[in-house]
Amino acid sequence: MGRVGVIFKRELVGYFATPIAAVFIIIFLMLAGAFTFYLGDFFARGQSDLIPFFDFHPWLYLVLIPALAMRLWAEERRGGTIELLFTLPVTLWEAVVGKFLAAWCFTGIALTLTFPMWVTVNILGEPDNGVILASYLGSFLMAGGFMAIGSCMSALTKNQVIAFVISVVVGLGFILSGFAMVLDLFSGWAPQFVVELISSFSFLTHFNALSRGVVDLRDLVYFLSLIGFWLFATALVLEWKKAE
Amino acid sequence: MVELRQLRKTFGPIVAVDEVSFTVGRGEVLGFLGPNGAGKSTTMKMITGFLTPTQGTVTVNGFDVWKQPLEAKESLGYLPEGAPAYGEMTPLSFLMFVGEMRGFRGAELSRRVSEVMEKVNLEGVAHQPIDTLSKGFKRRVGLAQAIIHDPSVLILDEPTDGLDPNQKHEVRGLIKTMAREKAIILSTHVLEEVHAVCTRAMIIARSKVITDGTPADLEARSRYHNAVILRLRGPCADGVQAMLQGLPGVESAEALDGDAMEYRILPKDGQPIIGAVSQCVHRHNWDVVELSVEHGHLDEVFRSLTMPAQALT
Ligand SMILES: Nc1ncnc2c1ncn2[C@@H]1O[C@H](COP(=O)(O)OP(=O)(O)OP(=O)(O)O)[C@@H](O)[C@H]1O
Ligand SMILES: [Mg+2]
Repeated sequence: MGRVGVIFKRELVGYFATPIAAVFIIIFLMLAGAFTFYLGDFFARGQSDLIPFFDFHPWLYLVLIPALAMRLWAEERRGGTIELLFTLPVTLWEAVVGKFLAAWCFTGIALTLTFPMWVTVNILGEPDNGVILASYLGSFLMAGGFMAIGSCMSALTKNQVIAFVISVVVGLGFILSGFAMVLDLFSGWAPQFVVELISSFSFLTHFNALSRGVVDLRDLVYFLSLIGFWLFATALVLEWKKAE
Repeated sequence: MVELRQLRKTFGPIVAVDEVSFTVGRGEVLGFLGPNGAGKSTTMKMITGFLTPTQGTVTVNGFDVWKQPLEAKESLGYLPEGAPAYGEMTPLSFLMFVGEMRGFRGAELSRRVSEVMEKVNLEGVAHQPIDTLSKGFKRRVGLAQAIIHDPSVLILDEPTDGLDPNQKHEVRGLIKTMAREKAIILSTHVLEEVHAVCTRAMIIARSKVITDGTPADLEARSRYHNAVILRLRGPCADGVQAMLQGLPGVESAEALDGDAMEYRILPKDGQPIIGAVSQCVHRHNWDVVELSVEHGHLDEVFRSLTMPAQALT
């Protein structure tokens, strides 16, 4: 196990050593259930699939993941442990990746715990489990995207509230950039390719593609490179202002 | 083993460290002294590679801290100011984490963790979350973390701050036993510590190194260096003070306490005057209660060197 693994393990255990794990998982499951059954009309639709469940995930993540991510670096800064971490023989990149992977894996655990939903549709009907699997994959990748954004914002400030608010705003940008209303703001003055670029950056575009059961390599590449980009930005920001 | 060259750090308009250069070798224990905000911690943060200097270089065991950070950090142990640690972890799990990050696994890891816990007396709280530990125990956790890999260079930012007298004594003992095969740099506000552990003391004020020498050198700069304290019994004889003042090599004699016959006799230019004083005592057959030589007051040297001149009076 390398140093990334050591950091990963410490962080993941850390979630469960604090009330964070319990609170996050319970609220995630409750909200996911409430959205699906009340807002999504899960039963009334009479369809055996999990579309109403997955449709709410971007909005759920928009709020919950920044709440989880805001502490990633802000807390290290505030507590001074960042000084400890970066005077151990570890590279910036290893620390950034290790902490991110632990947080991402934690959301994966929360997501996995929604399996009763999957069991329920399988009892009630005959859903296309391939589509459900692809949706889970898409949801997990999207969670990683939100987490990577949150990681970067958390590195920017030692104030967790600021980190949270900025992450939500940036995350919202990544959801809304697929909406026509937002694109209109740019189409007036920006060249066409910029507008297309912006729309192709939307989480929704790629998540919806996956949750229809189409596992396209481009969508995977999109999410993974997005994560890579924001983690790179995290490392840059840390290098720039880790001592403040 | 540690070499600083022309090290400088600015934070915007604030100059925190200005052109600091020195080397520390194996067997040396260098104590940083200086008022709050002098730049002691900032210098240490640059030595450990946490802060990038605005100018200058640091090498640790021949490795440039910014060009070969991993190699330099392998041989460094560092106790940051305030001894930060992950609060939700227990000392045991925290030390296991640091040990693993330092590359130890399995039996070697457990051996080092238990060894180091024993050194700083942490066994009693091994399973209690660090957040709930008292200040002194937190400091010990920080110290344990810094020495777990037996580094050849140790940087300790106020290692004994918050420790009880017994622990202070133990930690100083620990530092002294480690000193033989390491280069150690520590900062402190406790001047007596300089005596107790340091082979070399450096006063830093207003971001510059003001003096660098052995603790004895530093004391020699005191007006009280080689001063003699004399206390006599019996009825207050007139003219004692004048007689003392007239001795060769004596600058002045001050009465310390009105009624009791206690005097501090200050030498000219720090020369030894105990001989002259004791001869004078014999000649007059004074009844001596106390006769002793002072080495100098570090706190007085510290004040005179670090306070701006006008503030002295
Ligand atoms: N991140 C920072 N941003 C701005 N100024 C800083 C920063 N860190 C330190 N300083 C400034 O640099 C100067 C030196 O601070 P430093 O912490 O090195 O002092 P110190 O000698 O360790 O003091 P103390 O005895 O109180 O621990 C101070 O004026 C401080 O305000
Ligand atoms: Mg300090």
